[in-house]
Amino acid sequence: MEPYSEHLVTPEIARQHGLTDEEFGWILKLLGRNPSWTELGIYSVMWSEHCSYKNSIALLKTLPRSGGRLLVSAGEENAGLVDIGNGLAVAFKIESHNHPSAVEPYQGAATGVGGIMRDIFTMGARPIASLNSLRFGDLGSDRTKYLLKGVVKGIGDYGNSFGVPTVAGEVYFDPCYQENPLVNAMSVGVVKTGQWARAVAKGKGNPVMIVGSSTGRDGIHGATFASEEISEASEAKRPSVQVGDPFTEKLLLEATLEAIRTGFVVGIQDMGAAGIICSTSEMSARGLSGMDINLDRVPTRETGMSAYEIMLSESQERMLVVVERGREQEVERIFSKWDLHAEIIGEVIEGDRLIVRHQGRVVADVSPHSLVLGGGAPVYHRESRRPSYLDQTERFDASSIPEPDDLGEILLRLVGSPNIASKRWVYEQYDSMVRTNNVVLAQGDAAVVLVKEANRALALKTDCNGRYVYLSPRVGGMIAVAEAARNVVCTGGVPVAITNCLNFGNPYKPEVYWQFKEAVAGMGEACMAFDTPVTGGNVSFYNESPTASVFPTPVIGMLGVVDDLSMVTSAAFREQGDIILLLGETRGHIGGSEYLATIHKATAGQAPPIDLLREKRLQELTLECIRQNLVRSAHDCSDGGLGVALAECCIIDEEKMRGAQIDLRDLGVGRSDFLLFGEDQSRIIVSTRDEESAADIISRAEKHQISAARIGVVGGSDLKIAGMLEVGVRQLAGVYYGAIDSEVENR
Amino acid sequence: MDNGRVKFGVVVFPGSNCDHDAYYAAKKVLGQESEFLWHKETDLRGADVVVLPGGFSYGDYLRCGAIARFSPVMKEVVRFAKDGGTVIGICNGFQILVESGLLPGVLLRNSSLRFVCKYVRLKVENAATRFTRACTPGEILSIPVAHGDGNYFTDPDTLRRLEENNQIVFRYCDTRGEATVEANPNGSLGNIAGITNSEGNVLGMMPHPERASDPLLGHTDGQKIFRSIIDTVRQMSYTGSTAKREEVPHG
Repeated sequence: MEPYSEHLVTPEIARQHGLTDEEFGWILKLLGRNPSWTELGIYSVMWSEHCSYKNSIALLKTLPRSGGRLLVSAGEENAGLVDIGNGLAVAFKIESHNHPSAVEPYQGAATGVGGIMRDIFTMGARPIASLNSLRFGDLGSDRTKYLLKGVVKGIGDYGNSFGVPTVAGEVYFDPCYQENPLVNAMSVGVVKTGQWARAVAKGKGNPVMIVGSSTGRDGIHGATFASEEISEASEAKRPSVQVGDPFTEKLLLEATLEAIRTGFVVGIQDMGAAGIICSTSEMSARGLSGMDINLDRVPTRETGMSAYEIMLSESQERMLVVVERGREQEVERIFSKWDLHAEIIGEVIEGDRLIVRHQGRVVADVSPHSLVLGGGAPVYHRESRRPSYLDQTERFDASSIPEPDDLGEILLRLVGSPNIASKRWVYEQYDSMVRTNNVVLAQGDAAVVLVKEANRALALKTDCNGRYVYLSPRVGGMIAVAEAARNVVCTGGVPVAITNCLNFGNPYKPEVYWQFKEAVAGMGEACMAFDTPVTGGNVSFYNESPTASVFPTPVIGMLGVVDDLSMVTSAAFREQGDIILLLGETRGHIGGSEYLATIHKATAGQAPPIDLLREKRLQELTLECIRQNLVRSAHDCSDGGLGVALAECCIIDEEKMRGAQIDLRDLGVGRSDFLLFGEDQSRIIVSTRDEESAADIISRAEKHQISAARIGVVGGSDLKIAGMLEVGVRQLAGVYYGAIDSEVENR
Repeated sequence: MDNGRVKFGVVVFPGSNCDHDAYYAAKKVLGQESEFLWHKETDLRGADVVVLPGGFSYGDYLRCGAIARFSPVMKEVVRFAKDGGTVIGICNGFQILVESGLLPGVLLRNSSLRFVCKYVRLKVENAATRFTRACTPGEILSIPVAHGDGNYFTDPDTLRRLEENNQIVFRYCDTRGEATVEANPNGSLGNIAGITNSEGNVLGMMPHPERASDPLLGHTDGQKIFRSIIDTVRQMSYTGSTAKREEVPHG
């Protein structure tokens, strides 16, 4: 019998749902009939870019996605899972919530945090840390201030109430993100090996339960909204943005972990994008099973909701759970202890069929396999073409840049530029300490979070320089991975795996697809070189507005493990008289630099070149020196180059700021501004206690074929760089810590 | 108390999120007994000390702490406090204590209108309470805050009584111990960070001593609050005095 349909579905209506004529043809063929109204909704949302990854999956499969310490390969479950030893595993993932945040920054960002947390605890892992990666337009504009305030408050209010510390993040400003900000949230959780839950539906007759909040009309077609460009019409899509309730999510967390511990949960998946339809079809497809569900049993918060609305609602704080038959009451009791709904809405059936009933009628009867990524969802290879803007940017001639007279003034301007200045205004709004595991507070290159049960720590970092990726997509992709790994190494951690959030423009534009292809290739090469497989992540296309496309921004979330807690290292210079060494080569590459962008208003040149093997040797050398207890501080040279990195080492510990006497004249770079502010890759500044240790580090560097130079001594109250500049650390700190606060608060 | 170990009862409201941290600090860092008390319970299970932990009880919807005070467990906590039992409310716990009337005053939205999480300095204004006896008078402690509503306020009469009675235990201060505007993270009246009731057996404080206890995290000033409580409870038990002993703090 054909499912009931409220309206006749025509090719025209399918087009309005974002399906191409070709895709609609496939649906007709799959079903052998016209789809019902509910089925149209189901296919349109499951085959949207957001759920199906139809334009990215072919390339994502080229990334290294297994091996190392991975327990679950990318895409198999809600998040990747990595063995950290001592019987514990880490689940972690990063996701975007860009489009919702563009039209409703507070709820958009809040529900982004909530969604990624659910991905983690649905695996039975308790979230222990969250990170975020944000991109906005020019900080001077009112729109940016509005978005920044809303997003930061949204992230803070959700995470703070939920009780998971926000331990690290990055915020960049560039006019290309003016209309389309990027809001990427990452969550990291811990679970005992062998006790994690799977997102699978199995076992004929096992009941299917919906738990958590009731279902409303919020967020219908959120996934489809995420699969188109931002435009004037986007404002009208505000109802597509979900509303978050961190309190309910906290109850859901505790109840879910308790339920999983009973051993009666066969499978569980959170409801994020595409709501009930996504979780029922994905769980069924993974378990090679089907489901028969009755929407009349779904608790709703509004009356008169249609089957279409219930299936597609993206109401937050809900989970779908398949329970062992006969154990429903035990599970239900746990949820009711936490004052949450747990309703049986159907059961697992045999065969590849998802039957949806509503008000006594079948409204959908589809193959779950046909709906999902890796099953019947479309897979496209798009046309790609090298963008012509690269001819312009690559023609850049460094000698055309005028050499400034006062390098001290330039350093102060860079340290005060929003991309480099302290993000204290942001991170003080996040509870970074709840659960009392945070070791390095804002003073290390990566956040270091204790895992007390395992007597070790995690080093966590998100990273991406979008400007590099824009100028040189492949190299930029490599650098994103390399820099995240370098940051982890500087805190004493061994990089083990990554998650990624790939923010790009419209993939149907060949130039955008070329950027995507190149960046993915670069990331893949770097992941191979560092043996850090990709555990999963998220692709966000259509980050465009009528006026601009964002820089291609593949954000890397890196997981590192610190095996010995005494190795945890910060970036701050520590004691007077400590000797400062620079590991790595300085050539004065200013293409794509913050110096060029901030001081000379140019986004030009190419990203600095990177030799992945040399980078790997540098990281091994640094870890070796940390393990041999030779290093008092370690800091990576990145945005703003050596000059900014040295300034940060002086002032990053605000309670104990240090000066430094530096001499860089032996590094052999002609122009002082290029020497100070060029962004050559694979460089780390370390400090060490005495001449003997310094000599030891230098001889180890030789063995690793890494250049190492003694560049100065810690001490005094100024940063003095011989023949170039002399600035008081108090003055540097005043600018560094005050810049964003005074801009945002109009002080 | 068992084998000389003091028993901390940590109340768990729906939305509490510093409950594990208080439990951990008492049990693992300071080696005492620790037990969670579920909000639907009406038995304090023989706790020597009741901790109302930080977090967002009931989502802090309506007003911080306003719903939690109606929890079944709170009836028992109020009775325990009236009988002289030791009660410490941290952050959201402080908010619940003022909502339930065990402490005077209110906690308003931070003057910046923003949540703030950072290390602050606290001057110990009264080192003779059962929560501060391990501190020296005027000592400066480094302990973090993390709240959106920590701006203590009360009427002039109550403030005068608090001051006369030495009930103001902690004030936010700078490195020299001065209670400056810059050192105050939330705009609280007189830089107040923590107060006791007039009997001195109930403390509410916005900063989180449990977050500054584990040496692995690099700060241990918070231990002094726990140590003071432990010493007090032990002494009361050795001297045979009951929890009902009236205790008036002296500055």
